[in-house]
Amino acid sequence: MSVHPIFAALRKHKSGVVLISLQIALTLAIVCNAVFIIAQRIDRVNRPTGLDESDLILVTQQWVGAPTGVDPASIDKLDSLMQSDLATLNAIPGVQSVSPINTVPLWNSSWTSVISTKPSITFKNKAGYDRTALYFVGAKGLPTLGLNLVAGRNFRPSEVVHQAARSEIRPAVVIITRALADKLYPDGHALGKTVYVNGYSTPSTVIGIVARMQTASLNRQLDTFAWSSVLIPMRLNTSFSRYIVRTQPGQLEAVMHAVKPALYKANPMRVLDDDSVTSFAEIRADAYKGDIGMAILMGVISVILIAVTGAGIVGLTSFWVGQRHKQIGVRRALGARRVDILRYFQTENLIIAGIGAVIGIVMAVGLNLVLMQQLALPRLPIWMVLVGVVLVMVLGQIAVFVPARRASRVSPALATRAA
Amino acid sequence: MFAYYLNLALRSLKRNKVLTALMVMTIAFGVAASMTTWSVFRAMSGDPIPWKSAKLFVPQIDSWGPARRQPNGEPPEAMDYTDAMNLMRAHRARYQSAMYRVSPPVVPAKVGQHPFYAGGHAVFSEFFPMLDVPFQYGHPWSAADDKNRARVVVISSDLNDKLFGGENSVGKTVNVGGKDYRITGVLDSWNPQPRYYDVVNSSSFNSKEESLFLPFNTAIAVGMTNNGNTNCYEPPSEPGFVGLQHSTCVWLAFMVELDGATQVAAYKRFLDGYARQQQQAGRFTWPPNNRLRDLPQWLAYQHVVPDDARTSLLVALGLLLVCLVNTAGLLLAKFLRRSGEIGVRRALGASRREIYTQFLIEAGMVGLAGGVLGLVFTGLGVLGIDLVMPTSIADLSHVDGSLLGLTLLLAIVTTALAGLYPTFRAAHVQPAWQLKTH
Repeated sequence: MSVHPIFAALRKHKSGVVLISLQIALTLAIVCNAVFIIAQRIDRVNRPTGLDESDLILVTQQWVGAPTGVDPASIDKLDSLMQSDLATLNAIPGVQSVSPINTVPLWNSSWTSVISTKPSITFKNKAGYDRTALYFVGAKGLPTLGLNLVAGRNFRPSEVVHQAARSEIRPAVVIITRALADKLYPDGHALGKTVYVNGYSTPSTVIGIVARMQTASLNRQLDTFAWSSVLIPMRLNTSFSRYIVRTQPGQLEAVMHAVKPALYKANPMRVLDDDSVTSFAEIRADAYKGDIGMAILMGVISVILIAVTGAGIVGLTSFWVGQRHKQIGVRRALGARRVDILRYFQTENLIIAGIGAVIGIVMAVGLNLVLMQQLALPRLPIWMVLVGVVLVMVLGQIAVFVPARRASRVSPALATRAA
Repeated sequence: MFAYYLNLALRSLKRNKVLTALMVMTIAFGVAASMTTWSVFRAMSGDPIPWKSAKLFVPQIDSWGPARRQPNGEPPEAMDYTDAMNLMRAHRARYQSAMYRVSPPVVPAKVGQHPFYAGGHAVFSEFFPMLDVPFQYGHPWSAADDKNRARVVVISSDLNDKLFGGENSVGKTVNVGGKDYRITGVLDSWNPQPRYYDVVNSSSFNSKEESLFLPFNTAIAVGMTNNGNTNCYEPPSEPGFVGLQHSTCVWLAFMVELDGATQVAAYKRFLDGYARQQQQAGRFTWPPNNRLRDLPQWLAYQHVVPDDARTSLLVALGLLLVCLVNTAGLLLAKFLRRSGEIGVRRALGASRREIYTQFLIEAGMVGLAGGVLGLVFTGLGVLGIDLVMPTSIADLSHVDGSLLGLTLLLAIVTTALAGLYPTFRAAHVQPAWQLKTH
């Protein structure tokens, strides 16, 4: 089939062709970028934290009237309050293990710091350190969090120390993530080696390596070290405390209900609010609500766009078919088969969609550049644009089918009638 | 004549119901998506204190030096304790306040009630007149209270409802963190969004009101720790909250009120002079690198409006553009299909102008219908925002008169724009040619 008559016809409908191809181009540009944003958000949300997230509860509380000083007596008093809370939580039926902790992944409140293989390296120095997040846990921290220890051993109870929350930390031993171990000791032999935490001069021995543990921050700018975490065997004593609780399978709900009454019963002079007892599932849902929402929003907009453009093609082609009824009749009378008429409109749409797609590729990349500059979005992979091109061509073909079929059913007898 | 055109438009629109419905739906979707995302954007990017924002300034002092500066050369966003106290002592602005976020427990007087958190800020007394904070009862504490570290407090109306059933509680005491504080004032409902006075320590948008404000010096004296961000480039050399006060860590917000360019220039000179003085004293080993942004500039610099809100608005506007192009295409098809009718009308004496009027009215009616349907969709969209945005942000967006008006206006303007070219084409139909072929 020759495309020459199609081009001749298109030239007669310049404005319609321009409008529809412009619409296809815009749709391609926007949907590509929207789908790219969706893909990014899905990637982000699906990142595993490295924790066994089921049956996990975080408890945060504050004692009222507890000492505020950093003298040994105050610190000991605070520590005994913490020890008694740990005992209370452990005694709740259904609790498997408990550990004090300063924060958890996705909690969005973190202590980010530096770690180095050399002493006394801080942010003052331009290089020579890696950024990391610090987690302070008890001896049962690893099993409670459900971390996967891939080398070395867990902390021993005798290695867990306690001290004021804002004071110099001198951990004798640490456990680090594999990502961090590979950064600090690229030769792969971090176990048993020495590291320096938070710019201090006290050496810490790496006694274990866990497969993965995400930092607590949700800030995208801190994603560069999202897997560089250090676990320190330490109870930080201050007026508030946080505990991570692992329940026996299926006991999560029951334990969650029992936590507040049990803690109040042991010591009523404390604050527990609505957010004090949260399951890890809730923490995860909260952390990624914005990302999931953004993905949904982009999805809704994409669906509307595709529907509008599809309907637009149907509408405009229907008009063209109606307008050319007589010509179609003549062609049919001259021997064109139904399938020829169908092909004609399908090819016409393919050409228009093709023009739109070419403009659309340019616009998609352009829009991506704007988003990259203004909103720090990464570069749109070109394969995604090409998939988009194929999809808008298919969309065009689907949309054109109904009016094209109607065209193919125009009776040849129409040609013989006067206008 | 207008009524006649209206009648003609209605007939025409009725003739092809599917096409009309398609156009109306297109406009409605485009407008609703734009207005829904706009309602969020508007709520976030609004000026929280429009009558005064140009007079409020946030000073930044470079206490970290070139080595720790961000790549763009900006000084730290918050202040360390030393600088904040020095600026308070110098007292060079009309009003000024250092501040930090606190979240102490409040112990209710009633037996059997559990203590609860009361989020708020430790501020200086000038904070209240500086930000025009409205009082329901009483007044701020005095400058003398600041100086004497008095145990006084200003509470929110919510906290007053909770503790005292909403009655005038000025002069009564409230137990904060185990110590009694005398109430000097109860605020009227006050929850500015974004929380502009301390964006570095607060999440900018928060549906919960701040419950209490107490004197900065008192909070420091009783060791009420900060509940916000603390940024350090080196670890503090002493432990605890006192150690933080002696450290180079930045954790305090600071705001000043300056009236007019002269005062602004003078304050800038003062800041630079202060930094030079610190340089001479050997505390800073670098020349002054201070900033003094007014509130709108500061909020923009702090990216208070999240990128997601901008992206959503941008993409929704793209959708509106597609809807506009789509409507233009459909209107073009619809109008040109009636070339015969136009030819007859023109031959019977209708002027181009009259054809313009007729078809623009038809387009306008599509716009109006799209706008009305768009209102419904926008309403649903604003309700649905709760599903896709964090609650603190979703709570901000609401449907009001201006949003409704803007929705209708946008729909009509969009459709009129979309109708311009098709109408132009319709008006330029050659009557003779049309009459000949039909």
